[in-house]
This record gives sequence, structure tokens and C-alpha cells, in this order.
Amino acid sequence: HHFAGLSDVSISGDIPVEGEINVPVGTPSQDKEYSTLDEPVKDTILRDLKAVGKKFVHVMYPKKSSALLRDWDLWGPLLLCVTLALMLQGGSVDSKEDGGPQFAEVFVIIWFGSVIITLNSKLLGGTISFFQSLCVLGYCIMPLTVAMVVCRLVLLGGSWGFSFIVRLIVVTASFSWSTFASTAFLADCQPPNRKALVVYPVFLFYFVIGWMILTFSPSA
Amino acid sequence: TMASPDDLKFQEFEEATDLLLADPGASTLSMSGSSSTAPAGATGDIKLDMSDDEGQEESSELLRGEKQTSGFWTFEYYQSFFNVDTMQVLDRVKRSLVPLPGRNFIKHTLQSSPDLYGPFWICVTLVFSLAISGNLSTFLNSLGSPDYHYRPQFHRVTIAAVVIFLYAWLVPLGVWGFLTWRQREERQQSGYSFLETVCVYGYSLFIYIPTSVLWILPFEWLRWLLILVAMVISGSVLVLTFWPVVRDDTQVTAFATVATIVVLHALLSIGCKMYFFQTATRTPVPTLAPNHTAPQLTNKTH
Repeated sequence: HHFAGLSDVSISGDIPVEGEINVPVGTPSQDKEYSTLDEPVKDTILRDLKAVGKKFVHVMYPKKSSALLRDWDLWGPLLLCVTLALMLQGGSVDSKEDGGPQFAEVFVIIWFGSVIITLNSKLLGGTISFFQSLCVLGYCIMPLTVAMVVCRLVLLGGSWGFSFIVRLIVVTASFSWSTFASTAFLADCQPPNRKALVVYPVFLFYFVIGWMILTFSPSA
Repeated sequence: TMASPDDLKFQEFEEATDLLLADPGASTLSMSGSSSTAPAGATGDIKLDMSDDEGQEESSELLRGEKQTSGFWTFEYYQSFFNVDTMQVLDRVKRSLVPLPGRNFIKHTLQSSPDLYGPFWICVTLVFSLAISGNLSTFLNSLGSPDYHYRPQFHRVTIAAVVIFLYAWLVPLGVWGFLTWRQREERQQSGYSFLETVCVYGYSLFIYIPTSVLWILPFEWLRWLLILVAMVISGSVLVLTFWPVVRDDTQVTAFATVATIVVLHALLSIGCKMYFFQTATRTPVPTLAPNHTAPQLTNKTH
């Protein structure tokens, strides 16, 4: 029998096994990270909304903050872009061709423009990462979105004269704010003798968006 | 220690180019062997033969290294086209505004380091300046009419973008292709790379940005004067750049090439003015809605 020697060894259930079983009990925060799958959906959404809201606050008071750069997200830019594109609709024109930008045009300008500016800054030797830059540029559209809301309200009282002056001032102020806020974040990541080369496209980008907002003419 | 012989070599090249450009008929001595073995003592009075240009350019490019070693699929390859500082870009823009005879834009200003930043962003700015100024001028034109309703005319941005980018990339491709083909046929040595051609075309378009803004003023004579000035300036940049390359060719080819460049440039500027800045004296462009012409005709004479 080949297996003769083995027949002496038998593992039966009644041999007591001794030892210790240690289940690693983590700290409460570790528990939370592992179990976000089980938390109610409301908690997840609220947490993301809080992160987005925090970044909005950082845009309004632009100083170097890690929230926008390190914990980047693209929810805020998407929200702002869709809001802006929707609000730029609804201007009526006689022929479709002569009107304001279509939804797709606004979307393309904002996203394509942000990508091009990010590529430009990286090609010039910038150290910011691709998505961080998209995040900053997207969040800094917020002053312009606020300006759009104000403009639509002002337009309820007429298109020309005083209303135009008010809209001009509001759009100019918010476009300068956007440019200033985003360069506060982006300019630090550039070699010093190329800062203007990076800032100019950002200026152009927000200028074009400001122009679209200013020239929004409502239905007659 | 590597720096000083290179510095001497570069200065020598520039001096020689200056002398040669100032007096193209001057007799030249050709240097045998590669330029890196040129004796340092002979810097002052050697005029370099044009056939040495390629040798010098090749060795200077090899010294820079990056252009030759990265494949076109790497990020570094494209980064080498953006290797410019703010002051360099501003300097190139300034030189494109003041073309002097004898100052070849490519040889003097670019100096073998063409960039893509200038051409690209000048084109983008020109697209938006054309569309926005055109919109403003149409608005000012139709201010007097009673049935006026402001239209943002955003589709003009798309049209301007297509026209400008096609011009700024396809025409240099054609010019470069033609010149390279002729150069191979005639066995000439000097020629421009595709990137340098795109670069000179891009920077030559810069003058149209302030021109398009000034076109808002509704004076016909002013608009034609501005077109003339802009075409003379940017046309001279192009002509001064390409003339030294084609003049060694047959007379007919040389003149035909330069004439084509100038005519295409003229077509671009006049076409842009006519489409984006319509006035009452022009026959209406078919794409416009018919009710546009009526209000404009009433504002014909100021």
C-alpha cells in the first residue's frame, strides 16, 4: 500500500485546535471608508454636494486653496456649464441662423476651450495636472453664471438704456473676477517668464463667454 | 566650455547672413568641411556660401537635441513647438508689424526655432475679433431702422473659424509643398520647413486683429484704407520671406509664386471684409435673409 503511512494520520473533527483568531477592528473612520457602499444614498449625495459647495466658496474668495486643486471634481463645472447653456437659450430670433449660440455651441466652447487652454498651459511647461486645470477653469465660470442670472432678471425691465449699462457693468465685473480667480490658481504652476502666455488664453476664454452673456437678447 | 565656440559660431552665421542679404551679388568663399571645424581666427571676414547653410542648420539642430529625438507620438515632441517665452512672442509680433527689406522673418526672427503658440492663438483671436466686430458693425448699421431687432449672429464664429484656420494651415501647406518640390527639381539647398511656413503665415495675420476692430467704424474710405495698409504690411512680411527662396528659380516661376501668395492674401482680407462687414453699397450675400438689405440701404450716405 502506497498510502500506508498516511493512514495513520487522520484529521478528524474531534481533535481540538488551539490558537487565536484576531479580527482586525479598525478605527471608526476606516469603517466609514470601507462601508460607503452601505450608507444611504442621501449621505453620498450630500457629501459630494458639500464638496462642490465648498469649492464654489473658494472661487468667490480666491486664495490658494488645496480643495480646488487636490480634490478636483468635474461636477461643479458640468452643473455650471449646463445652467449657462440653458439660460442662453430662449432668445427668439426670426431665423435660426442669426441667433445666439445654440446649446451645443456653448457646451463645445466651454469644454473644448477648457481642454485647449489646459493643453496650452501644459505644452508651455506647466506643472498642473490635466483634470485639475479643467476643474479650476470650470469652477471659475461661476461669477459669469451669476452674471447671467442677474442679466436675465434685469432684461425683464427692458433691453436698452439703463438696463444695458447695468448688464455691461455686471458682465465686465464678473468676467474680470473669473479671470482673476482662475489665474490666481493657474499662474503659480507656470515658469515665470511664460505667465502672460498662459493667462492670455484664459482672458480670451472668459471674454468670449462674457460676450455671449452680454449679447443675449430675449424674445421680443 | 562648450558654450564659447558655439557662441562664436552663431554670431558668425548671423553676420554672414546679414552681409549676404545686404549684398546678394557679393562674391563668396565656400568653406570646405563642416562648419564646426572652422578656424576661430577667421570669424571676421569669411562670407559663407549658401551651400553651407544646411550644414550649419543641421548641426545647430542636433545640438538642441529635442527636435530630433522624440517621435511625433510623444508629448515632448509637441512641447518643443511651444518653447517660447513671453518676450519672444511679443518680439515676433512686433517684427511682423514692421517688415523691413532685408529682414527675412524666418531667418531673422524665428532663427530656426519656430513656435506654434503664436500662429494658433493669433488665429483664435482673429476668429473672435472678426465675428464680434462684424456683429457690432452690423448692429451700428441697422440702428436707424424701425423694425430693428438685435441679433447676436453667433454662426459667424463658426464660419470665421473655418475660413481662418483653413487659410492659416492649408495655404502654408501648399506653399511649402510647392517650394519643396521646386527645390528638389532645381537642386537648391535652402528651403523652409513646414513649421516655419505656418509660423510666418500665422504671425503675418496679426495685423488683421486691430484692423478688424477698426473696421467697426462705418466709413467706407477708412475701411478700404485699412485693408490697404494691412495688406501691404502683412503681404510684405510674406514676400520678403519667400522672395529669397524663389528668386533663384526661373523668372516666371518666381513671380508667379510671389503673385499667388499676395493674391491669396488679398482674397482673404477682402473676403473677410465683405462678409463680416457688409455695407449698403455691396450686393447682398445670398445667405442673408432678405429683410436685411432694406434697413441698410437707408443708411447709405452719412
